[in-house]
Amino acid sequence: MSSNELQPLSGCIVEEELQFSVVELCHTCAVRREVVIELVQQGVLEPSGAGEESWRFTGSSLRRARIAMQLQRDLGVNAAGAALALQLMDEIEHLRMQLAGGTRHG
Amino acid sequence: MDYKDYYQILGLERDASQDDIKRVYRKLARKYHPDVSKQTDAEDRFKEVGEAYEVLKDPEKRAAYDQLGSNWQAGQDFNVPPGWAAGFEFGGGSFAGGDSDYSDFFESLFGHGFGPRERTAHGRFHARGEDHHAKILVDLEDAWQGGTRTITLRIPGVNAQGHLQLAERHLKVRIPKGVTEGQHIRLAGQGAAGSTPGAAGDLYLEIAFRPHPLYRVDGRDLYLEVPIAPWEAALGATVKTPTPGGPVELKIPPGSAAGGKLRLKGKGIPGKPHGDLYAVLQIALPTAQSAEAKALYEQMRRDLTFNPRAHFGL
Repeated sequence: MSSNELQPLSGCIVEEELQFSVVELCHTCAVRREVVIELVQQGVLEPSGAGEESWRFTGSSLRRARIAMQLQRDLGVNAAGAALALQLMDEIEHLRMQLAGGTRHG
Repeated sequence: MDYKDYYQILGLERDASQDDIKRVYRKLARKYHPDVSKQTDAEDRFKEVGEAYEVLKDPEKRAAYDQLGSNWQAGQDFNVPPGWAAGFEFGGGSFAGGDSDYSDFFESLFGHGFGPRERTAHGRFHARGEDHHAKILVDLEDAWQGGTRTITLRIPGVNAQGHLQLAERHLKVRIPKGVTEGQHIRLAGQGAAGSTPGAAGDLYLEIAFRPHPLYRVDGRDLYLEVPIAPWEAALGATVKTPTPGGPVELKIPPGSAAGGKLRLKGKGIPGKPHGDLYAVLQIALPTAQSAEAKALYEQMRRDLTFNPRAHFGL
């Protein structure tokens, strides 16, 4: 362990301060480019920019991409299945919040 | 070391078919997947199920495991018998879980004698080091005011003999003020080493909050249940209420109902924009144990025309 690990490390908040190119997102998620392209085709990730080389992914793409990839790896679903699962999970999360916040009548 | 009953973990009989094992594993993996399940022990259950499947899906490992006999009880103290797995040849099959985190039981039975694990392939030369990912639990207070936390990460690595080993790594990390659950902090250069010192990968820390005794979090908004007495709800009141920034006087309007929400603008987690704090009103009823309380309830029954079930229309 190097001594600099005892110094406090400062980082940036990915979702607020970062964007990824397709190369960076592939590196961060340790996947091949085709995996990311397929998630874009399924609408899981929505980069700005036209064409793969100019794609910019928002910081929050990281979380979605990783969940989709973990679902594919762990559950044996394909990209379309992972996309459906993510969509349903978003809805469940929304409903759960409504329930807990007591706004179900609202 | 505790014996693990892999059949029991999957809820299967010892003579289950390979198809049954796969089917049950898939079902349990979906149920306990940490991205899907909200159960607090989901991650542990998911790992346990994954480990059981790792052994039972592979006919060679399953046969070797079965050879231990069926007299063992889950949790029973276990030592690897001499000559264990003699005559079995384990291939270097791939591992289902990406983050290998097997029990001691698994490691002692199958941790040696495997061919090189897949993970060793990651050790090959990279110009830029791999990025690492980890989830950390922080207190809500860290998000309100920022803070420094020491975290311990367990990093899987491969030792000189080619076996998987977990190394502990301690890091002191500044938690940025205003961070919310599910966001990631990137620590540049704290991932795997690259071909040059400047080419190390990054470390991404996913933020999760420890459950807070008072507040529930939704993004930057906080929800606080505020119990009030019936007369406070009916007549209005000013009640002292905690907020992350310190107590405030909360005005309860007359005629408030249970479940009503009062918004305290900007009193949630700071950021752009600041989150709000919602006080969710709950009406707490005084018990009628004393003669005095009983008399007051009696008086209300007598003097108030109140039918809480008017909408039944009966």
